[in-house]
Amino acid sequence: MSDHNIRLDGPLPPAALDDPHLQPATGHPERMEALAAVAIVIGMIGFVGFIWAYWVDASTQWQAATLTVGMLGLGIGTISWGKYLMPQGPFVEERHDFHSTDDERSAFNAAITGRGGLEVKRRGLLLGLFAVGGGIMTLALLIPGVRSLGPKPAKSEDPHGSTDVSLFTTNWRQGSKLVTVGGRQVMVDDLDVGGVLTVFPQGYEGSSPDQVILIRLAQQAPNEHYTLEPPGNTEWTAAGYVAYSKLCTHLGCPVGLYQEKTQQLVCPCHQSIFNVNAGAIPQFGPAPRPLPQLPLAVDATGQMRANGTFDQAVGPGFWERP
Amino acid sequence: MIDKSLNWVDDRLGIAKGGRTFLDKIFPDHWSFMLGEIALYSFVILLGTGVFLTLYFVPSGHEIVYHGSYVPLRGQRVSEAYASTVGLSFDVRSGLLMRQAHHWAADIFLGAIAVHMARVFFTGAFRKPREFNWIVGTLMLILGIVNGFLGYSLPDDLVSGTGIRIAYSITESIPLVGTYLSFFLFGGNYPGSGIIIPRFYVLHVLIVPAIIVGLLAAHLGLLVKQKHTQFPGKGKTEHNVVGSPMFPTFIAKTTGFLFMASAVTFGLGGFAQINPIWQFGQYEPYQISYAVQPDWYMGWLDGALRIMPSWEWVGWGHTIPLEVFLPAVVFPGLVFNILIVWPFIESIYTKDTNYHNLLDRPRDRPKRTAAGASMLTLLFAVFFASSTDVMANFFQLPLLDVLWFFRFFVPLAPIVAYFLTYKICNEMRAAEGIGKRKRALVVSRSAEGEYSTVKSEPRPGDAHEELEAIPVPTYIDTTHPDLATAAGVRRVIR
Repeated sequence: MSDHNIRLDGPLPPAALDDPHLQPATGHPERMEALAAVAIVIGMIGFVGFIWAYWVDASTQWQAATLTVGMLGLGIGTISWGKYLMPQGPFVEERHDFHSTDDERSAFNAAITGRGGLEVKRRGLLLGLFAVGGGIMTLALLIPGVRSLGPKPAKSEDPHGSTDVSLFTTNWRQGSKLVTVGGRQVMVDDLDVGGVLTVFPQGYEGSSPDQVILIRLAQQAPNEHYTLEPPGNTEWTAAGYVAYSKLCTHLGCPVGLYQEKTQQLVCPCHQSIFNVNAGAIPQFGPAPRPLPQLPLAVDATGQMRANGTFDQAVGPGFWERP
Repeated sequence: MIDKSLNWVDDRLGIAKGGRTFLDKIFPDHWSFMLGEIALYSFVILLGTGVFLTLYFVPSGHEIVYHGSYVPLRGQRVSEAYASTVGLSFDVRSGLLMRQAHHWAADIFLGAIAVHMARVFFTGAFRKPREFNWIVGTLMLILGIVNGFLGYSLPDDLVSGTGIRIAYSITESIPLVGTYLSFFLFGGNYPGSGIIIPRFYVLHVLIVPAIIVGLLAAHLGLLVKQKHTQFPGKGKTEHNVVGSPMFPTFIAKTTGFLFMASAVTFGLGGFAQINPIWQFGQYEPYQISYAVQPDWYMGWLDGALRIMPSWEWVGWGHTIPLEVFLPAVVFPGLVFNILIVWPFIESIYTKDTNYHNLLDRPRDRPKRTAAGASMLTLLFAVFFASSTDVMANFFQLPLLDVLWFFRFFVPLAPIVAYFLTYKICNEMRAAEGIGKRKRALVVSRSAEGEYSTVKSEPRPGDAHEELEAIPVPTYIDTTHPDLATAAGVRRVIR
């Protein structure tokens, strides 16, 4: 301690203890010190309380309360100490220019353009080869880094046994049985008028692109068709049922809200509204296209089946979509 | 003892000279300079609570049967990611506190960054020589938003799964490469091959945070090298910094502030429920919930998607889903790019190439302030547009009316905000002495009945600002007789 006080080699005279720059920023340092001390002690109690709360497996609220008291106490104590008792100055520090001198700059430039430029002039071929080689290396490393991440989107509607995955096809086929997510087969009498059900082709329960919303619009005989306004296809309805892809054409959320009174399907994500009576044409909101309609049929046993598949890609738009 | 160890280290690393300069570093005082500290400390909390969570979270979409202590879920088939998140909330002691504090810290982190950025913008702190640091900060904002999204997508609950579905379709909307990007990111057509959670996990806990840590180091390193900006005031010039020293004053205040930020975060983590995934259930691609909102920092993107008209472009055998691509890719791209290049735009426009270490009052740069207010208005407008359905319910208005209102409000409000702010700035500049803290005038009457006024004593906190700033003293003369009772030294008021 005393060694420090003898050292007088600094560029400035030592500050006297009563220098106003070193004084607390409060008229009552004793009170502030007491307050800080009390706060820190309360903080300590809080932390001990947290250990207790953890030990006895008290509720999350108790854990949070004790921890908060601990941190508040320590925080208030430390800030009061720093803000009101420690030297506030004001102290000043000079700024220095960031930029180098002109000489340093030109030396730096000369190093790059001089030495480097000389090498470029002498060994232009090597430099060119190096650049191309580096480029090929980057490409070579990027190919497995990117290509292995997933399958390619298929160009055509039928991938022909390749590993490409098609956005155009679903697992719905002519005659696919309609089943619930639990695999239960959907019969013609399962829904009353106004009823809705999410269905899948049998064997693909829960599959995202295959999800279809089945709505009963009328009580009709199995061979009757419910008249839809265009672009809806009346022929594709059966026994008063209509089925649409449940994937919103906006961003692919399940269009899960059916309002029977207005005959509307509403997507809860961004409030696109589709007209059930008119081929699920969008009436409002950001969705650009109707929900694709699935052709329906009822077989002799009363089982609901797909009478074909979608005539277009389901879900949101993408570049390759015609 | 301390002397000895310092010498031992200095013999090997030579820290004394630089160390002294560092301890003497001056921090100007202003409340708005703490906003960045909030961001820094929430990030510290994020790292701490995040490490705790990684010990219990299982990043896997693999289906298992839930057997934990949350009764309504028992026996259901859920993914390991979902089951482990429910497990660390209910079966790991303090797990729920840590998880919720982590989520709150992320929301606070991005909020603090946004407010800190507004402060830097409106006071012109981004000007030469600090353009780099403005860009580094903007990059951290972008990465913070990305990592927030990745993080709340991990539990594989119904709400987060819907968010991932939307992110997939947004990627898909990019012309030419969209399908390839989304196929490579997710491993196929949605929902992909079940690898999205492990992929998001490694991005969320390693890659993005590592980049943020690197940028944070650069941010603070530049701050030390270029020194702080300061508001104009007594003794403050473009060539100095006036304030309190790093050690011990600033260290004490900022450490205390770390505790305060932690107190708030853990308080919220324990008392304010956030993302109760056991109520939402496991994500299934055919299920959806009503009135679902993303975390606040994603709201502006969601709102832009909602109010966009359905302008799909179809032609030449291709489709460009402009109704998605414009609001979800082009719009945020423009916002972030404008932010990044703003310092250069302004310097070209004002032809100002000087160094600036003194801050502007917002009103003194009416055009910049108006531009900033305009941008904030735009972002807030689209943010509120992301809750059209909630507003329609709350105000008992038809949803369509609310949507149409926002379709006009979002483009028009920023224009109004620009001119309004510009006008207000000019009005404020015309008023003398506005916004300065005034000292009260004490009126007294003498025995003869003559009135006179005297300025009141400066407030205790202001007293030191009345002093002439001095360099940090090399050492303090502790041989002074008053040292015996340090607390007894009377404060000197000028």
